[in-house]
Amino acid sequence: MSDQVPAPSAEKRASADVLLSVRGLEVHFPIRSGIVVERQVGSVKAVDGVDLDIPRGATVGLVGESGCGKSTLGRAILRLVEPTAGTVTFGDVDVRALAGEDLRRMRRQMQMVFQDPMASLDPRQNVQSVLSEPLRAHGIGGDHRARVRELLDVVGLPASAANRYPHEFSGGQRQRIGIARAIALEPQLIVADEPVSALDVSIQAQVVNLLEELQDRLGLTYLVIAHDLAVVRHIADVVAVMYLGGLVEQAPSDDLYATPLHPYTKALMSAVPIPDPVVEDTRQRILLQGDLPSPADPPTGCRFHTRCPFRQPTRCAEERPLLRTVAGHADAHRVACHWAEDIEAGRILPAASAVVDPDPVREPDPQPDPAT
Amino acid sequence: MSLSEVEAATESEQVEQPAGNLRKEAWKRLKRDPIALVGFGLIAFFVLVAIFAPLIAPYAPDAQPGRGMITPTNIPGPSAEHWFGLDASGRDEFSRVVYGARQSLLVGVVATLFGMAGGLLLGVLAGAFGGKVDTVVMRIVDIMLSIPGLLMAIAIAALLGAGLWSVMIAIAIINVPVFARLLRGQMLAQRGSDYVLAAVSLGVRRRPIVLGHILPNSISPVIVQATLTLATAIIEAAGLSFLGLGGADPRVPEWGRMLADTQRYLASAPHLAFFPGIAIVIAALGFTMLGERLREAIDPKYRR
Repeated sequence: MSDQVPAPSAEKRASADVLLSVRGLEVHFPIRSGIVVERQVGSVKAVDGVDLDIPRGATVGLVGESGCGKSTLGRAILRLVEPTAGTVTFGDVDVRALAGEDLRRMRRQMQMVFQDPMASLDPRQNVQSVLSEPLRAHGIGGDHRARVRELLDVVGLPASAANRYPHEFSGGQRQRIGIARAIALEPQLIVADEPVSALDVSIQAQVVNLLEELQDRLGLTYLVIAHDLAVVRHIADVVAVMYLGGLVEQAPSDDLYATPLHPYTKALMSAVPIPDPVVEDTRQRILLQGDLPSPADPPTGCRFHTRCPFRQPTRCAEERPLLRTVAGHADAHRVACHWAEDIEAGRILPAASAVVDPDPVREPDPQPDPAT
Repeated sequence: MSLSEVEAATESEQVEQPAGNLRKEAWKRLKRDPIALVGFGLIAFFVLVAIFAPLIAPYAPDAQPGRGMITPTNIPGPSAEHWFGLDASGRDEFSRVVYGARQSLLVGVVATLFGMAGGLLLGVLAGAFGGKVDTVVMRIVDIMLSIPGLLMAIAIAALLGAGLWSVMIAIAIINVPVFARLLRGQMLAQRGSDYVLAAVSLGVRRRPIVLGHILPNSISPVIVQATLTLATAIIEAAGLSFLGLGGADPRVPEWGRMLADTQRYLASAPHLAFFPGIAIVIAALGFTMLGERLREAIDPKYRR
């Protein structure tokens, strides 16, 4: 770690230097049928046309409900699943064009932190072996023992952990091992797939703080995939909201949380409880109805129109909206909704069935009857 | 916490290689395990009996000390003179069981080892490469499994000609698909796991991923299967020798064949089935006990 010069925090945030650029990325999994001769009868469009830029040194949060394709997007960027179309450019390298040994070498620059720290560690490997494996794989010489001790120290584990096995650690400690493994090769980008979802709430903050600390120390760039909006808000500079294989809104974290423009983002935000009983009781909430449509047969037009409380009779079902800027908002705030301006101005109101209005003035609790 | 830290610290001084560490640990655990020790004891007992058979057995396996005492309806059972009684030809049953350990253990161990080696090869091929290699290998395995085991063993043994080696090879071959399928299934399950994905994302090459991660995590059921196969291999060898495909010399005793030979006398002389049968059971039990505990010892999740 010592040879790495930490980038000054302020400078890196302002930098527009794009580290990773994704254009039109698609991951379609074929659905095959047939007994002897298999033929393709359709495809699951897990990721269906995603454009995403990740600035160097920034943290991009990717949120969305289960099954929207956010994990697949993360894995496709790392080529752990093969994209079926689109480009992934890392620095000035076209990641999709790499194959074999070139791809293997490239992996050094891009690492992953997994959701389930137990499953992502080989139960037969002790920590020494886990952390020195990337060094061996890339032929990095030197004293592996010392390097492992250093890595353990960076993630806040004692040096004695090196001789122990994954099952001997707690969930939070295991995730620290997973993070130590990811930084062992000094990568530039780390894709963290739900890095804290499997952890106890009390441990989540520790791990999130560790990730932030490492970012400052090592100048890392993060793509953090999560479904927990609070975690993303805490860690991310830019948040991208994903729905059914596509991005519906992308904005600097503060903007997104202050003024969500897309109906789906509004619904997500209103699902987050606010730790203030007065606000919680008096705010208007939007509830989504139904389930996520099947990614094998996504709705035409706007993917969200089947559940959208603001759906309009025109355009929504026919035209797929693209990410665009909205007048009155920063250029970095982009939304994929045909009616974003009208919704914001209040000219389009949500369908009444989707709105949960605050309770009418609450009756005071019944007083105990003085007679008894 | 602090105690385990101290422990780990002292351990780190002695141990160089993590893999060696794991093996050493497994050995240490195995040595403390009473059931593993009993299993090991049983196996050692039979191995010693096989080696020192001429010193233990009171008679040669083909001697007929009780020739005059045998009539078709009266085969004497255990007595002070003949501990396990006499067989239908007046031979000392105890001596034959003792000598039988040689042939039976040899056939069982060699056939199982060969079968396991073949199964590992096919299983690793199918499990590591997947896709077309997997399909081809598994279809071959399916074809082999579709032929009844003993029938195939008979065909192979007949093709190779009667003899000890052809019995061992025949039994090895019919056990190959069992091992191959078991290993392939395990490897396939491990291949999709997060830690394999993690190794890929670290840029680890395919060979270390397969041999260093997937195989070691898939091998436990294969080891247990091997201990069970040892027992059935002994029985299968019996079937083959019963059909005249066994060892060239019918005078050399072998538990399986002794068992097969008793069927005509089962009513009048049950001891003839009992003693070789119990020998097979105890030997198989020994292998199973050791195998079961070995599996737990090499799995770090069971570490105490």
